[in-house]
Amino acid sequence: MHISEGILSPKILLAGAVLSAGGVVLGLKKLKNEDIPKAAVLSSAFFVASLIHVPLGPASCHLVLNGLNGILLGWTAFPCILLSLALQAVLFQFGGLTTIGVNSFSMAMPAVISYYLFRTLTHKGKKLAFLAGFLAGSLALLMAALFVGLALVETEKSFSPMVGAFILMNFPISLVEGVISGFVILYLKKVKPEMLT
Amino acid sequence: MHLEEFAEGKSILHNLDPRVKIIVFVVFSIFCVLAPGVKLPLFFLFYSLALLFIARPNTKAFISRLAMANLFIGIVWIFIPLSYKGNTYLALGSMNVSQEGIQYAVSITLKSNAVIIGTIALISTSSAFRLAHAMLHLKVPKKLIILFFLFYRYITVVHEEYLTIKRAILLRGFVPRTDIHTYRTFAYMVGGLLIKSYERAEEIYKAMLCRGFGGSFPLLDHFRMGHRDALFLLLSILTFFAFWMKS
Repeated sequence: MHISEGILSPKILLAGAVLSAGGVVLGLKKLKNEDIPKAAVLSSAFFVASLIHVPLGPASCHLVLNGLNGILLGWTAFPCILLSLALQAVLFQFGGLTTIGVNSFSMAMPAVISYYLFRTLTHKGKKLAFLAGFLAGSLALLMAALFVGLALVETEKSFSPMVGAFILMNFPISLVEGVISGFVILYLKKVKPEMLT
Repeated sequence: MHLEEFAEGKSILHNLDPRVKIIVFVVFSIFCVLAPGVKLPLFFLFYSLALLFIARPNTKAFISRLAMANLFIGIVWIFIPLSYKGNTYLALGSMNVSQEGIQYAVSITLKSNAVIIGTIALISTSSAFRLAHAMLHLKVPKKLIILFFLFYRYITVVHEEYLTIKRAILLRGFVPRTDIHTYRTFAYMVGGLLIKSYERAEEIYKAMLCRGFGGSFPLLDHFRMGHRDALFLLLSILTFFAFWMKS
């Protein structure tokens, strides 16, 4: 889910950069010095997790887990996702450096929304905690797809049929993201509950 | 994990001051993003190709990255000429291929490749740590750089742990399928990675405190901007203006 270089209009690129910069500044402000290593190494884990390919019918998809990222990191998801995307752009040319604002915002804003909507729900019983993980995982992915689609359509109206197909494609993936995020929350609750408090 | 393929090299570009390369890249990409039509993006593509010729990255890696990045452009080519409103260039049954649509797709393709090749030649030719160090000089918040430093440092460590868990799961005869058991297994893998990372981070912070961490890392080596760096900066910026004037 990364828009590549050269496609979006300057106006959209600027809007994405400004919004992301705001989120990053807020995220850094909320990050205490003693929590820097936690945020950093958890981001390394999310980076590695995004290399995992999960089978989905005849195809496969790679994990995004931005909802889970938000539940664990809150506003710090902004700087963490920005760094991850910057690294992918520089090392693998996934996404791009000019589009980093738009891409970070589309992934990190849903993460922060998941944090506010579902974090407290993970403290409840097992079923509700799974539900919280499921909803965070699937909705965050769909919201990200929606933001990416919006950026494309705002750039050029003729992208609409392409964006429609893209968002439709993300529905089955969002179910996988949801189920996996739900199980991860259950696992963390059982083994390391202080990560969720 | 072999991460910094393009940073391994001995060209002039590899040895330039990363601060200068970042500034040139930022100016280059702003000009390129703002460039209208086909001619100007083509000029910028020539500029990045010239840099590529100097940097001489590993051909196989370069081609595979470029092909990957052009996958999305390929999809644009399928959709845009058909859905873009404009003068008909070609009629295929009930579908119209518009002239403006093709021009738009060409423009996107040129810009996209110009910036991607520019990224490889200017940014990827420096190691990630040197880029982070340069960012510090360019007034990026210190906290973000420390976050990056630890994040990047521990990717390979966490990846080793991932491989260990994966090996253990495969030894127990795990075959991934589209079912709940598979998804639960992947979730426990991710959960395991997250917990290991969380616990490791606690140890890291203690070790940092033992070494007197107070919010920043001391820097041991320093950049020095030489004549070559200044010349490269000047020539590049002049080239961009010349391109802009010409079209």
